[in-house]
Amino acid sequence: MFGGIDLGAANAKCVLMDANGVTLSKAACKTGASFASAAERVFADAIAALALSPGEAAGQRRAEIEAVCSTGYGRASTGLASLTRTEISCQALGCAHYFPGRALTIVDIGGQDTKVIRLDSTGARTDFRMNRKCAAGTGAFLEEMAHRLDIPLAEFDRMARTTSASAPISSFCTVFAATELIARIRTGESKESIIRGIFVSLVKRVRELDPLDGDVALTGGVVAYHAVVADLLSAEIGRRVLVPPDPQFTGALGAALVALKARGARGPE
Amino acid sequence: MPEAPRDKGARKKIVAVGLMKKLMADHFYELDKAAKEGRPKVAWCTSVGPAELLRAMGFLVYFPENHGAVLGATRTANDYIPLANAIGYSPDICSYLTSDVGAFLKGETPLSKAYEGITSVPKPDVLVFNTNQCREVQDWFLWFGRRFKAPVIGVNSYRGVKDVTEAHVEGVAKQIEALVPTLEKVSGNKFDIDALRKTVALSLETTVLWKKVLETAAAVPSPITFFDGTIHMGPAVVLRGTQQAVDYYKALLPELEQRVAEKSGALENERHRLYWDGMPIWGKLREMAELFQSLNTNVVASTYCNSWIFDAFNPKDPFRSMARAYTELFIVRSDEAKEAYIESMVKKFKVTGILFHDSKTCPNNSNCRHGMPQRLKERLGIPFLVVYGDLNDLRCYSEEQAKTSIEAFVEQLER
Repeated sequence: MFGGIDLGAANAKCVLMDANGVTLSKAACKTGASFASAAERVFADAIAALALSPGEAAGQRRAEIEAVCSTGYGRASTGLASLTRTEISCQALGCAHYFPGRALTIVDIGGQDTKVIRLDSTGARTDFRMNRKCAAGTGAFLEEMAHRLDIPLAEFDRMARTTSASAPISSFCTVFAATELIARIRTGESKESIIRGIFVSLVKRVRELDPLDGDVALTGGVVAYHAVVADLLSAEIGRRVLVPPDPQFTGALGAALVALKARGARGPE
Repeated sequence: MPEAPRDKGARKKIVAVGLMKKLMADHFYELDKAAKEGRPKVAWCTSVGPAELLRAMGFLVYFPENHGAVLGATRTANDYIPLANAIGYSPDICSYLTSDVGAFLKGETPLSKAYEGITSVPKPDVLVFNTNQCREVQDWFLWFGRRFKAPVIGVNSYRGVKDVTEAHVEGVAKQIEALVPTLEKVSGNKFDIDALRKTVALSLETTVLWKKVLETAAAVPSPITFFDGTIHMGPAVVLRGTQQAVDYYKALLPELEQRVAEKSGALENERHRLYWDGMPIWGKLREMAELFQSLNTNVVASTYCNSWIFDAFNPKDPFRSMARAYTELFIVRSDEAKEAYIESMVKKFKVTGILFHDSKTCPNNSNCRHGMPQRLKERLGIPFLVVYGDLNDLRCYSEEQAKTSIEAFVEQLER
C-alpha cells in the first residue's frame, strides 16, 4: 500500500492506494496551525477508513504502507513521508491519472493559491503558473467574502445557482473586493447575485493567469465544494471544463502515485 | 519518477573574497574621511553614471545604489521604507530609493556595523545621475541634493533603444561633456582629457576582466554561481575606473580559471543550469543560493551581473565611448535587443531554463511584463519561471510560494 499526503495551506488530504494504483481510502481535515499534527491526523483517518478483514486492527494495516510521499506547502513538515514533491508535480500526476493520453491545462484552485499547469499528451509537464502574492482568485478570497457577508461558505454554491445575475466585483484585490461588497449591498443587490458575482470575480482572476486553451481540467478544494465554479469557468472559456472525481484529492493522489512509482527505484521505505 | 538526488554539496569558497573585503573597506573609509575633511570632493553617482569623468576630475565617487543593495542584503530595508512612504515616496516606487531615503531620515546606515567609525553615508559635494537605469535615480538624487544643498546634474538617457546609433551616442556624449563646467567649479580642478583617457582605460581593463570572470561560468560545471557574482561585482560597480578594481579581477580570474581547468564546480553536483533575469532579491540571497544548491541547480548567468560589462570603452575617444557604453546597456534597450541578448547568453552558458524575477518596485529591471518570457520560450524551446518578489522590499515576496515555484520548475527540468 502507498500513501500520499497533501498538506495544503487550508486543508490536509490523504490518499492510500494499492500497488495497482487503485484508491483504497481517503481523508481530509483542516490544516490548522501545525502541518505535522494535521499530517498525523489525516493519515490516521485514512487508515481508519480502510476496509478491515474480520479480526484485523487498523495498526496492522498501517504496517502495510510501503511508502508515503508528501506534497503541499507543509510537505517538508512531516516525518511520515520519505519522499516530497511540490503540489504542482502532484496535481499534474493526479489529474493525468484520470485523463490519460490527453494534453491538459489544469487549473487548481486551492485555499491559498491558484495554479495553472500544462501537460502534454504523455502527461509530461511543459509549463506552470502560480498566482501572485495575493489571495484574490483563491479559496481564501471566498472565505473572506463569506465572513464579510456573514453567510456560511457552505451556502455559497446553492445561493449562486438560484440566479443568473451577478453583481460586478473586482478581481484585483481581496481587500478592494470586500469594500465593493458594501457598495453592492447599499445599492440593493441581492445576496444571491453578490455571491454569484464573487464566483465570477474568482473565475476572471483565474482567466488572467493563462489563455486556458485546449482541454481544461479543474481541481482543488474550491471546485470540490463549489461546483458552480466549473459552470462559470466553462461559460468563460466557451467549452466544458473537465472535473476529475474528488477534485480536492488529486494532489494527494499524485503524491501517492509518486510513492508507488518510487518503489521500483528505492524499494520499500 | 526517480527521486532526484538532493545532496547538500557545499558551495566552494573563493579565496579572493578576502581582498575584496579590504578593497570595499578602503573605499568606504576613504569616502568617510573625505566627507569629514572636505577634500577630496565627494560625488554621488548612479550605478552606470559617468564615474570615469568624476574620477578624472579628482572626485571620490560614492554609489547610492550600492548602499541600496547593502540595505537589502542586511535586511534592514524594511525598517526604513515606511519612513520614506510617510513623506510621500510611494511603496510602489524603487525600494532602493525608499529604503535609502528612509535610512537617512532615521540617521542610520548598515555601513556603521560593517566599518567602525563610519556613522553616515558620505556627504555629497555634487550628485550626478544617468537615467539609463530609471527615472527614479534622478528623483532620488534630487531629494538628497535638496537635503545637502548640493548641485544635482546628470544625463537623461534614451530608453527602448533597438540599435545604438550615432545620434544616440552624440546626444549622450554632449550631455556628459556639458557636466564638465559644474564639475570644475565644485572640484576646483580643471578638466584634463588625459586624466579622463586614463580612467576610461582603467574602466576598460576592469570590464574586460570582469567579463572573463563571468564567462568562466560557461564551463560545465561552472566554477561560480550568480549569487557569487552579485558579491564579486562589487569592485566593478564601485571602483570602476581605478587600478584597485583591475587588481581585484586579476586576482580573482586565475582562481576561477584554475577551477575550470580542474573541472571543479561551484556546486558538487551541477545537474541543471539556469539564467536569471532581473534584480537579485537582496534580502534572500543566501536562502536562494542554498535552495538552488539543494536542488543541484546552478544559476550560471544573469542579466544583472552582465550589466557591468562595457565593451565600448575607448580611451582614444573617451566621451563618445562612454556615451556608447552607457547606452548599449541591456536596461536601455528594446525588447527585441534584449531577447537577442538573452538568446546569445542561453547558448553561450548552455542553460536549460530562464528565471525571470518580477521585482515589484523595479519595472525597468523586470522584463517579464510585456510577454518576453513567452516569446523566448517559443523561440528557444526552453521553459521559464517567473518569481514574484522585490529587490529590497520583502513585503512583496512570498517565501513559500517562491520556493514551491522554484522546486516545481526544477522537478519539471528533471523530466
